[in-house]
Amino acid sequence: MTAVLEISGLAKTYRSRKGVRRALDGFDMVVEAGQVHGFLGPNGSGKTTTLRTLLGLIKPNGGRMAVLGREVPRHLPEVAGQIGAIVESPQFFPHFTARDTLSLLADAGGVDRHRVVEVLELVGLRDRAGDRVKTYSLGMKQRLAVASALLKNPRLLILDEPANGLDPGGIREMRTLMRNLAESGMTVVLSSHILGEIQLICDSVTIISAGRRVAAGSVADVLAQHKSSSVRVRVEAGVDLLAVAQALRTAGAPTVELEQDYLMVSGVDRPAWITWALAQHNVWVSELAPVEVDLESVFLQLTGTAPVAGENRQVDQTAAAPAALQGGWGQ
Amino acid sequence: MSLYKAETRRLVKRRFTRWLVIGSLFALAAVAVGTAVTNSKVGPEQIAAAQAEAERYYQESVRYAEQDRLRCEAAKGTPEAGQYPADCGQMYTPSREDYGYQGYMTPTFDFREEFGNMVVTLAAILALAAFVIGASYVGAEWSTGGMMNLLLWRPKRLQVLTTKLLALLVSLAVLTVLTAVAWTGAFALIANLRGSLDSMTSGAWQSFALMELRALGLVLAAGAIGFGIASLGRHTALALGAVVGLLVVFQFGLVTVLSMAEVKFAEAWLLPIWVMAWMSKTVTIEDFNSCNYSADGCRPDQLTLTWPMAGGAMVVAVVLVVGTALWTMRSRDIT
Repeated sequence: MTAVLEISGLAKTYRSRKGVRRALDGFDMVVEAGQVHGFLGPNGSGKTTTLRTLLGLIKPNGGRMAVLGREVPRHLPEVAGQIGAIVESPQFFPHFTARDTLSLLADAGGVDRHRVVEVLELVGLRDRAGDRVKTYSLGMKQRLAVASALLKNPRLLILDEPANGLDPGGIREMRTLMRNLAESGMTVVLSSHILGEIQLICDSVTIISAGRRVAAGSVADVLAQHKSSSVRVRVEAGVDLLAVAQALRTAGAPTVELEQDYLMVSGVDRPAWITWALAQHNVWVSELAPVEVDLESVFLQLTGTAPVAGENRQVDQTAAAPAALQGGWGQ
Repeated sequence: MSLYKAETRRLVKRRFTRWLVIGSLFALAAVAVGTAVTNSKVGPEQIAAAQAEAERYYQESVRYAEQDRLRCEAAKGTPEAGQYPADCGQMYTPSREDYGYQGYMTPTFDFREEFGNMVVTLAAILALAAFVIGASYVGAEWSTGGMMNLLLWRPKRLQVLTTKLLALLVSLAVLTVLTAVAWTGAFALIANLRGSLDSMTSGAWQSFALMELRALGLVLAAGAIGFGIASLGRHTALALGAVVGLLVVFQFGLVTVLSMAEVKFAEAWLLPIWVMAWMSKTVTIEDFNSCNYSADGCRPDQLTLTWPMAGGAMVVAVVLVVGTALWTMRSRDIT
């Protein structure tokens, strides 16, 4: 597969009177053609800085970036016509209508104005196209932003939180739209905090934390790498769970944790062994379920942002990747 | 070219631009109507009426003077005598020369004498509008995120900003030229109906044309400076705030302090003086604290500001503000 987007060792430092803050600290990312790629990270991890840098809005302090095979920002004007993007919340001049907003962009970019009608139809704003943007809800502004990004019929579509403010129907429509665009050959980079959505529609993901990549690859691979070997065990009612836990430990289970009304057993190769071990003590298992890992739990684990009871996590309290996890150009 | 057309469309489509232009034209129309209403044509009838009015006031004045003289005579030998001169014949007696008919004429619009002030009015109103339009045009783009959107389409920052500036200046030039033509036509008509065009020569017309050309320069400079300041601060309010700051600090504060310190030619720090020098070709400031003895008496020191000096200052201001805005645009992070 061809890489549509490649980032290697990207660095961005902000200096202020309070000191130096590394927004991006040698960040790497690769997106293959035709994929829907999820770009995930906690607040303040460097997602938007990455996208802004890629799109020429911010000057990096180091690293290399290439879009559609051309190094950027040096060759950005050559490929800008093939990149559609929305960065952060959609912002438009409030007194213009959606139609005016898009037709002005079309004029500025040399795009045929017929395309305006097409994209308004595509994002479901056809009937409200003549209304001023200030009368739009957040979800409608989001749709307009997506429409503006699609106006160029781009080869690479970069969307920062496109589902923000959308109603459930809108989120589903957006999901279908992303899939359809990818099937038509468009590469989509999607930044979102709705991890369930990302897991549903993305082929691959990159997770960023504290300005560094902490995981990357296909969704299946990332989940497999962090697959848990834990098994949830329930036994018949009335049986002393403490005694059952002790019996499993004695039989050789590496880790047994006692929960409210079940046991969590980890480090066992074959879950069937648990049934056998408990049967030796005349204890009969009523549920034996391997714990499924999802993108949300992987994200929370990798970024160190899982809530801890009694603690108020601050936005900068995230896990940074060890240097060994960083990859080079084209990796 | 497509970007230029889009930017011109964007500027003209803005509600704020439209309302401000309409408001400025309305203010100019009010000045023209006011001038037309308060002036009238001078003919034999008007002169005769003014002469009659002058004569009436003269006769009335003579009557009052005679009454005063009689009171003076009557007061002799009484305590009121102190209020009058000893010789009542020395009391003021009006003369006909004091009551010339010219002072009783209704105003008439002499185009050659008065159109210069009208061009200054035109320039001042349009320059103010140009400054606010320029500031709002780019300031709103920055504050609403429109500039960022545009840069995603056209990632050539300097080209985007200079095209916006060009669209603004060309639009302002068109507006100024059309308004100046209408303004000249309107006042020529007013002079024709309510005054006189008789003293106009081809040289006088040429002089007014050059004055209007300088008005165009002032309008464009004001627009460019408003645009530049708002682009630097990425907000319309910054440009407007800068103007208010300039007025407070320079027009009131600094001049007051300099005057109190008896600094020579303190008025030279007033912006309107430079505008007047640009528009009227010269402005002379006098320092009344100084005295140069001559045959005519005491003459104060003088400082003459000329239009090339004012033009030079204007060019420096425009280059400084717009240049800084472009230089900043080239390297700033757009967040």
